[in-house]
Amino acid sequence: MCEDCGCGDSKIVPVEVHEHLLAGNDRTAAHNRSHFRGHGVVAINLMGSPGAGKTAILEATARALGNACRLAAITGDLETERDAVRLRAAGIPAAAITTGSACHLDAEMVHHALHDDMAHAADYLFIENVGNLVCPAIYDLGQEVNVVALSVTEGEDKPLKYPVMFRRADLVLLTKIDLLPALPEYDRAAVEDALAHVMPAPRVIAVSARTGAGVGEWVHWIQQLREQSTLARAAAS
Amino acid sequence: MHEYSLVQALLQRVEEEARSRRASAVHRITVRIGPLAGVERALFATAYDFCRSGTLCDTAELVLTGEDVDWRCTACGAQIPDGTRLACPECGWPARLEGGDALILERIDLEVPQDV
Repeated sequence: MCEDCGCGDSKIVPVEVHEHLLAGNDRTAAHNRSHFRGHGVVAINLMGSPGAGKTAILEATARALGNACRLAAITGDLETERDAVRLRAAGIPAAAITTGSACHLDAEMVHHALHDDMAHAADYLFIENVGNLVCPAIYDLGQEVNVVALSVTEGEDKPLKYPVMFRRADLVLLTKIDLLPALPEYDRAAVEDALAHVMPAPRVIAVSARTGAGVGEWVHWIQQLREQSTLARAAAS
Repeated sequence: MHEYSLVQALLQRVEEEARSRRASAVHRITVRIGPLAGVERALFATAYDFCRSGTLCDTAELVLTGEDVDWRCTACGAQIPDGTRLACPECGWPARLEGGDALILERIDLEVPQDV
């Protein structure tokens, strides 16, 4: 194949594309987002390492809110529906996505997993992503916000090691703070400093799902989010 | 290891383009990946080599280009170096990312028969 003169039996045709590699995922995410907004569902993409306490936070959220709000959840794991089972036991209608070998959820998986009651009749839809501090960050699911759970036992420097995930976080939930007495060397200021190096406007809420500490502040944060999105819908209509 | 699913999305997009233009093969693919894209370039290249066999991209060269990270003050536009606190030392406003997270299919060079 000659690139210069086109001799031979075929020619080189350059096609300028300039398109996001995940353009297909982004289109489905935009569809999900428009659906959520149209039905007044606040979708929250909850990410974090395996064992960071994502499910426990949602259980605590259900306890704190009681019947005040309609919650729904989609959980993502490579195998098992255990998280969805836990959330249903906590009173949250939940669908499980078992990804097999995929290390993240994408917009299409979320779209398929949505049940009508979740998609239409929930105030909050929590999408509990696959436990992973790397891959889920780059897939838009149609969520309103990204929340990253970071447990105190993971240490202070995770934001510096996984900047892409934390850069996209609207909120970091510092979880398992009931364990702090067992971690005398833990330096909260160092976590805040690490976050300030990777997030332009870091927002952190420290919580314990076990004791309920900080859960009220977290619930207040999602309620504010809902008020803002309701106002935005009213302004748009 | 999302690089494999990204490469599959890439191959699908390239094959669509190639078919719609009646290309016999793909000659070269150019993809831009920024340091904050969350994609490891070496892994991406490995995944490409693994996935391309038997596709129209079987013999296509993959060219990976980069870009610099560019954080700017939201208020005054001053550049804020990556790896520092992401707030403007002058105004105190948070930084905004202007470049560095690209994950873009830039260009496809197709081999198209002369008579097409």
